[in-house]
Amino acid sequence: MRKSFHWLLLLALGVLLALAVCGLPARGDLKAPSHRAINPAGAPVAGTYYIRHAYADARTPNMVTVILADYRGFDTLGETLVVFTGSVSVLFILRRRKP
Amino acid sequence: MKSASTSPIIQVAIRGLMPVIQLVALYVFFHGHYSPGGGFQGGVLLAVSVMLGRLALGMDMSQVVFRTGIAVGLSALGVLIYASTGLAALLAGGEFLNYAFLPIPGLDPPGLRNLGILLIEAGVTVGVMMALIAIYDEIVDSRGEASATATPEPEARRMEDVRKPREKGVDPGPEGPERTPVAP
Repeated sequence: MRKSFHWLLLLALGVLLALAVCGLPARGDLKAPSHRAINPAGAPVAGTYYIRHAYADARTPNMVTVILADYRGFDTLGETLVVFTGSVSVLFILRRRKP
Repeated sequence: MKSASTSPIIQVAIRGLMPVIQLVALYVFFHGHYSPGGGFQGGVLLAVSVMLGRLALGMDMSQVVFRTGIAVGLSALGVLIYASTGLAALLAGGEFLNYAFLPIPGLDPPGLRNLGILLIEAGVTVGVMMALIAIYDEIVDSRGEASATATPEPEARRMEDVRKPREKGVDPGPEGPERTPVAP
């Protein structure tokens, strides 16, 4: 009984997510809010700036790399630090067991 | 995990696969400017090649490829490469991680940014690769001591079983040629 309820809940969530995906704008739709230069609230959209300036700023065809490593380089530094800190913590946990 | 695989197929296959994986890793790393890929993916692939060597050749043999114990320090070095790239830009008069201010002559700002991206990706690659290898080595180390004290016998016996038939095939032994005339 409880298990079937869980399955039903899972199914409902899946249907909800599928419906939400159906409501997304098509890929490359220029009229989508995320692709306009100014969003409906009147503020400039960051993504449009990146798309327009990425190649001129870093002469790198891969826009994602420019955003990841240049515009958001500080964020990626944090990511690398997270990986490093995680590995060091794992080492400490594993070494405690040895003696 | 600590000793080498007894299967010659695995040993030969891994010896052939490791350089290919490392080559693909370098390709993924350097092609991050043009296609999906970059520091994290290249670092993981490099770490996988070293781990495959550890699995197939055993901990002792794979020390030639990569020595145990230096991985943690090199992982920190990777993060340091990243941070010092940002710091160099900071000291040269720009913002932290603004590669256009890197003190490298002969390049215009877009070229400098291109180079800066490559530099920090190298830092990410080294950091991720060494972090994964350090974790793997530590797991093998903490497990190997426990299993070495518990069951040292089966591993040794298995090696003997593998070796014996091969020696018989190469060398028939002293009684081999003498017994065949006696039998009929």
